[in-house]
Amino acid sequence: MPELVITVARFGFLILLWIFVFTVVGVIRRDLFAGARSGRLVAAPRGIGASTGQSGKPAKAKRGRAAHQLVVTAGQLAGTRITLGEAQITIGRAEDSTLVITDDYASARHARLVPRDGQWYVEDLGSTNGTYLDRAKVTGPTPVPLGVPIRIGRTSLELRP
Amino acid sequence: MTAAAVPAASPASTGEQSGVRLARSRRNAELSLLLLAMVLVAAYAAMVEAKALDTITSDFWIPAAALGLVFLGLHLVIRWLAPYADPALLPAVALLNGIGVGFLRRYDLAKAAPAEREDLAIFAGTGGRQLAWTLAAVVLAAGLLAVMRDHRSLSRYAYTLGLAGIVLVMIPAMLPSRFSEINGAKLWIIVPGLGQIQPGEFAKLALLTFFAYYLVRKREVLSLASRRVLGIDFPRGRDLGPVLVVWIVSLLVLIFEKDLGTSLLYFGMFVVTLYIATERVSWLLIGLILFFGGAYLAYVLGSTVGGPFANFYDRAQIWLDPFAEPYDRGYQLVQGLLTLGTGGLFGAGPGGGQPTLLPEVQTDFIFAGIGEEIGLFGLSALLVIYLLIVERGLRAALAVRDSFGKLLAGGLAFTLGLQVFVIVGGISKLIPLTGQTTPFLSAGGSSLMANWLLIAVLLRVSDGARRPVTGGGGPAARPAGGPPEQLHGAQTEVIRP
Repeated sequence: MPELVITVARFGFLILLWIFVFTVVGVIRRDLFAGARSGRLVAAPRGIGASTGQSGKPAKAKRGRAAHQLVVTAGQLAGTRITLGEAQITIGRAEDSTLVITDDYASARHARLVPRDGQWYVEDLGSTNGTYLDRAKVTGPTPVPLGVPIRIGRTSLELRP
Repeated sequence: MTAAAVPAASPASTGEQSGVRLARSRRNAELSLLLLAMVLVAAYAAMVEAKALDTITSDFWIPAAALGLVFLGLHLVIRWLAPYADPALLPAVALLNGIGVGFLRRYDLAKAAPAEREDLAIFAGTGGRQLAWTLAAVVLAAGLLAVMRDHRSLSRYAYTLGLAGIVLVMIPAMLPSRFSEINGAKLWIIVPGLGQIQPGEFAKLALLTFFAYYLVRKREVLSLASRRVLGIDFPRGRDLGPVLVVWIVSLLVLIFEKDLGTSLLYFGMFVVTLYIATERVSWLLIGLILFFGGAYLAYVLGSTVGGPFANFYDRAQIWLDPFAEPYDRGYQLVQGLLTLGTGGLFGAGPGGGQPTLLPEVQTDFIFAGIGEEIGLFGLSALLVIYLLIVERGLRAALAVRDSFGKLLAGGLAFTLGLQVFVIVGGISKLIPLTGQTTPFLSAGGSSLMANWLLIAVLLRVSDGARRPVTGGGGPAARPAGGPPEQLHGAQTEVIRP
């Protein structure tokens, strides 16, 4: 093997190694930006967020200000986001809840969020300490407007567009 | 992307919805990164042969292709069972594993007599054995992904796993030295004639699962009840119980298994999980003080009393001045430092080093052995890859929705990082050297299997974290056959009087 070929291959290998590293970083970066973009949408005034929601997909525009995310704003899981689909969200200390909160004031099956015709309803599942929508105690299925906190123990949740 | 194929979603490509973006599985990115990693492994093998044999044999690509097939299999399993798992984890780990196999083959070539080198079979020696271990480890990881459909189901076995972890840690200490001691560290279970396993590697996974479960239950009391001293919240004396118990256990490991690295690993793992659970800096301070206090105590006792502490004292002495006895006790560390120095900035090129001069180059000192050939430039790339793996693990911990998953993923990712720190710090004389394996690089089945299991758990947690909540009737991440599904599917029975 000529020495020149080996030297070129040697440095080529090192460069390829770093290209790999930066490609991985690129993949991760796209991932991070996906998170950052949703963060910006959340932080924007609600009108703007809702208007992007309308222009985003024609199917969802019919529903108007549809909620697309459930965000934990206070408590131990603060910052957690759940992308909403068609499925109900169960909240409680039970391991199989969608959102597992370990809070002394939460019950095993505390509350659930159910979608009906594009509107989300919160329903208390007979919890010990109750579920509050803003200041009012939830007794039956109650429609949840965007940005209004649902309080469970020390945890607060909000629907975001 | 194929914008024409999806006309309905074409406006979404400009102002894409955050939900849609987050929901992408990114499996194709994983596949292309995996292919790039395997190209690198094949290139490494070719260069090793070019330098060590002066010619490239026609079957240099076989190990890379075999590894590629194994990882492709895991990739398909991920596509099927954990479609939203993190796309960077598998390729990064695959590259490290591939480089490890390539270097071990290179070590086999260096050991063989020059005349026999060309005839050395691809699947012989340490390299071939590592290839077989990789296959076993990847199959094990795929199996774990198949069995554990939701990381939360792991918490059901927390106490069992905790007990298993303690038993695994204790076995080598209890066994007579003949069955458990290699190179001064009692970390092994040796079955004469068959081989040996290192139970501690598996114990760290089991113990961490237990720590995560226990701390989710106890975090309230550990984080709320406190006294404020000097602006930092310190826990009450009676809440120090668990951390003291783990401290004593890791000191016992240090004394009876004569291994600082493992002891540091267990204790660091617990303290950091405690810190993640409570968000209290004071736990880190208490942990550091306890560990350094314990290590210093062992050092002082080693110099005065000797006995079980002598090994640690010896290692600390070598660390403080390896050049005092460069041909005797300090030989390995001195050779390691010289090897790294020979490598310099860009290394001697794969196949150009002298790995046979370095004792234990296939296990503990593999990082130095590789460093001689790819230099600081290449070693820092490998370290960045480790860093990225740890970062992805922590990211999964941040994004996952339940506390147990957060602690589990955060703790596992940190443990991997700490293990790399302990061994790389050891061979570069930053801390006293202890025989830890370098994850995914070192020869050895136990380490490879345990670390691939760790990656499988991280993949599972990241899948749970990134998966959008969809699907009929319940959370998508619910384990198949869980109680709610059973109720849902049960037939209504009418009870007549």
